[in-house]
Formats: sequence, structure tokens, C-alpha cells
Amino acid sequence: MSLELSARVIERDVDVALEVADRETVAVLGPNGAGKSTLLAVAAGLLRPDTGRVVLDGVELTGPDVWVAPHARRIALLAQDPLLFPHLSVLDNVAFGPRSRGVRRRAAHEQARSWLEEVGVADLAVRRPGQLSGGQAQRVAVARALAADPRLLLLDEPMAALDVAVRPALRQSLRRVLADRTVVLVTHDVLDALLLADRVVVVDGGRVVESGPTTEVLTRPRSPFTARIAGLNMVRGVWRDGALDGADGTVVTGLTPDPLPADGDRVVAVFRPSAVSVFRDPPGGSPRNTITTTVTELEPFADQVRVRAGALAADVTTPAAAELDLVPGLRVVFSIKATEVAIYPT
Amino acid sequence: MRTKQRQVGLPAWIFVPATLGAALVLLPLVGLVSRVEWGSFLELVTSESAMTALSLSLRTSVVATVLCVLLGVPMALVLARTSFRGQGLVRSLVLLPLVLPPVVGGIALLYTFGRRGLLGDELDALGIRIAFSTTAVVLAQTFVSLPFLVVSLEGSLRSAGARYEEVAASLGARPTTVFRRVTLPLVLPGLVSGAVLSFARALGEFGATITFAGSLEGSTRTLPLFIYNLRVVDPDAAVAMSLVLVAVAVLVIALARPGRSTW
Repeated sequence: MSLELSARVIERDVDVALEVADRETVAVLGPNGAGKSTLLAVAAGLLRPDTGRVVLDGVELTGPDVWVAPHARRIALLAQDPLLFPHLSVLDNVAFGPRSRGVRRRAAHEQARSWLEEVGVADLAVRRPGQLSGGQAQRVAVARALAADPRLLLLDEPMAALDVAVRPALRQSLRRVLADRTVVLVTHDVLDALLLADRVVVVDGGRVVESGPTTEVLTRPRSPFTARIAGLNMVRGVWRDGALDGADGTVVTGLTPDPLPADGDRVVAVFRPSAVSVFRDPPGGSPRNTITTTVTELEPFADQVRVRAGALAADVTTPAAAELDLVPGLRVVFSIKATEVAIYPT
Repeated sequence: MRTKQRQVGLPAWIFVPATLGAALVLLPLVGLVSRVEWGSFLELVTSESAMTALSLSLRTSVVATVLCVLLGVPMALVLARTSFRGQGLVRSLVLLPLVLPPVVGGIALLYTFGRRGLLGDELDALGIRIAFSTTAVVLAQTFVSLPFLVVSLEGSLRSAGARYEEVAASLGARPTTVFRRVTLPLVLPGLVSGAVLSFARALGEFGATITFAGSLEGSTRTLPLFIYNLRVVDPDAAVAMSLVLVAVAVLVIALARPGRSTW
């Protein structure tokens, strides 16, 4: 195990534990204020938790009687803003880590050049940070973090401040340079998690609410936040008489796991918006699940219309939406085939 | 018709006191300039005693400014980057010389470093006499100028924030390296303007100096003291030297104007 972290910060109501294997990239997902940044600050040694431990490669960095200073941790931090030192050239920015470790100027510049090459901005070496675009600056920041030869790399929403148009290219670069590194990536972009991470940890309200391999967590979410970012509908309830019994009287049947949950177990039903049909009146005599609800919002989605009703969403074709004369406030029935619903315990 | 940005209107009467205030600041300067004997100006400001006073003023102010930087930078860092109990109180006390009448500062210095002062016996035993020496001039100037540097630099440190320093540390830079390669360059404009302000305050120091250092030609009679002495016996020379100090002050404002050289 490469990184073991546990931290309790009472002031921010955060109590999390995280493990990252050697050369593994773990994405930490969660809404704003969930405690993701607190977790990074604890790892980087910028915040001392009330109780907790940080152990990297078997060396205790934070503990009840241990405190290793940030500069001695070999943990590099890449934030949302590139934070390039404005008074240094791009090359000197990237050479900062090696120089701080005592590498001679010439050798440090050599290393800096090869890292700039690695992230595709070798031609910017002589520029000042003020002369770079946001995407270029963030690439330089990536090169600078890697040049410090960290044992652990912390990325705090590295693409959140960038123009949407430049994100895919940077994401591809990150995918290449992060492979074979131990990385904690904080994000709320599900694409980052899918493309960059081996595993995801979902944090909400200062607690880890679920974790596992990326695709598994995103296809079988157990928390409302994960379902939302994965673009899935989720209904929560308890297992009773072979179906999910929701709090508001909704009953959902679907594909169930083997073995079956016991009566009273907490379960969730998960289904895609495209699996939902929308009716004005309950369709009679069909074995479908029906949920009576109120339209809250309509938005274009790909070549269809996404109908939102509270936390639920349905995708219908534009002609269908017109024919149903959907408007916010309208009472409608969402209908889902049982074979399109996955029910599993949480 | 030209387009012109209009602000929400000020009441018209506001301009009356505003103009009066500006006149109060500027008229005395006009008065001073009107009294200058231009014919003998150069001769007056280059007289031997004037040059002695000017040179003493410049030397002591430079040393005082260096002391302010050496002591004030660490003080500003401790105030801006750490937190401890009673920090607010410490900050207020450090700024005390800013509001204290200089003559009170001079008396306080006298009863600390003077022969019969708090540290008088100890200094005497070491054979050190401070009061009424050039050292006393420098000490008085440093005492009154230090807050200027601390205030201005602490502001720069706070607005620069600690994020660059955190990144530098995460790249493996020791605290001293972070200070030298990141903190200091980032706040350099603030440091320079703070130092210039301190220099100006030191150059103009009068009350604390005359109380603690006296007015001995060549060793403690700085330019302001010289002008004060001269004003009765040779008003023309006093006016001429005053104009020199005004010129220096204008230069200082030009150099230290805030918001000029930011990154």
C-alpha cells in the first residue's frame, strides 16, 4: 500500500480514510464543500488533522507524534490555478523542484526541458507565465509538478479553471503522464474519473460514501451524488415483498441481485433516463413501473428533450415532447420497464 | 459631442471644502518657493555646514533604512504568516511610533539607552555611549520609520497570499528557499515602496533626534535640525535647504506611489 490516509478535522466536519496503491490513480469525487480539498491539504501537510495519520511508502508523515514538513514529503500539489511563479520564466518554474533538491542549474534546466517536451510545450520555455494561455500555463504547472519527482501527486480539479475547448487535449496528456504514478485526483467531472482513474472514492458531507473501480461505481452508484454525475436516475427505498418500497409509496420492481435482499434492507433502483417513457395518464394493464411526478424543467439533450422531474430525468424525442405538450408544473407519469431497472442493496 | 463617463453626482458644495483642503496643502509650498533667493540658492545649499548636514542626513537615513529592512521584513513575515495569541496587540504596539509624538519617542529612547536609562549601566560597562551620538540619530530614525516598512510589507504579504509558498514547499523547497526564491520576489514592489517611505520618514526625523541625539554639528545635526537652527540667523539659507527637502519628498512620492509596479 503506497498511501494510507485517515483524517478527522472537527472544524470542517470531515472524517475520511483513503488508501491508494502504488502506481494507482484514485479519483476523489464529491460536491463542493464535501471535504475533498481538506483531504488533499492533510496529505500535503498543509493542514494538521485533529486525529489521523498519513503514511506514504511505509513512512509516517502525519501522526499523533509525527509531523513531516510539506517540503520533505515528496508530495507535489497541482491546483486548479496553475500558480506559476510570475517572476520566473517557464523553464525556471519547471526547474524549481530540481533546484530545490540541490540539482545544479544546468542539469535542472536539462530536466525541465525534457518535462516541458513531455507535456508538449517545449517551445514556451523562455516565456513568462503572464504570456501564457490558461491551458498552456496548466501544462507548464503539470511539468513543474512532475519535475519535482514526487512520490505522490495531488491534483485538485486541474481542469476546472480551463476553457472547455482545451480540456480534452490536456486530459489526454494527463492520461499519458499519470500512468504508472501514484495519484490522488480531486474532481467533479465524471470524464476525468473515467479516463484518468483506476478507482473512485466518492466523498459527501465529509464522509466517504462509496468507493470502488471507476466503471463499477459509475454504473452501479450507491449515492445520489454519484448517480447524478453518472447521469443515472436513482430511487432509494427498502426491500419489501420482492420490490423496492420508496418513501413516498412508490413501488419499483426490477432486476435483482442473487441472493435477494432481505425484507427491510436498504436498496436503490437505478435506471437510465433513456429507459423512461413519459405519459400523461398511467398506461393501463402493463407490467411497467410507474412513478407519478411533476415536470420541473425541460432542456435539450443531444437530439432529444430531457424531462426533469425533481431528481429524476427522462429522455423523450422532440415530437413526443411536443405531442405530450410538456411544460414545467405538469403532472406526468414516468414509466420504466422492470428489465431496465437494476435494484441492489446499498 | 464627446462621450464622457458620468459618475453619480457629488453634491456641488463638496468641492468647496475639497478645494480649501488642497489649498491648505499646496499654498505653503508656494509660499516657500516664493521666498527662495534664487540668486544665491546654489551658494546657500552648497555651503560647508549645509553639505555637512545633508551628508549626515543621507548617511544616517540610509543606515536607518537598511536597519528597517533587516528588522522589518522578519517582523512583517511573522505578523502576516503566523498566528499566535496576542498577535493583534503586538501589531498595535509595533505601530505605536507611527502615532506617538516623536519627542515622546526621543524621551523614551533616552531613558532606555541613555546614561541613566534602563540599559545605561550595562552599556556603560561595555564602554558604549549611545545618547548624543550619530548612533543615537540612526536609532531614533529607525524607531520612527520601522512601522512604515512593516505596515506596507505586511499588506503586500497578505495580498500576495500563501498559495505560491504552499506550491513551492510541495515542490520540495525548504522554508529558506521559499522565502528567498518565492516570497521575497513576489513582495519586492511592496518592500521597495516600504523602504522608500521609511527613508523619507528617517530623512525628515526631528523630534526624537533632537531629544535623544542633540544637535551637534557634524555628528547629530541632521538637515531638519540644521534648518531649524538656521531659520532665525539665516532665513534665506533655511528656505533654500527646505526646498531641497521638498524636492526629495516629491521624488520619494514618485518612487513609492502605490500600485505602480505590480506583477
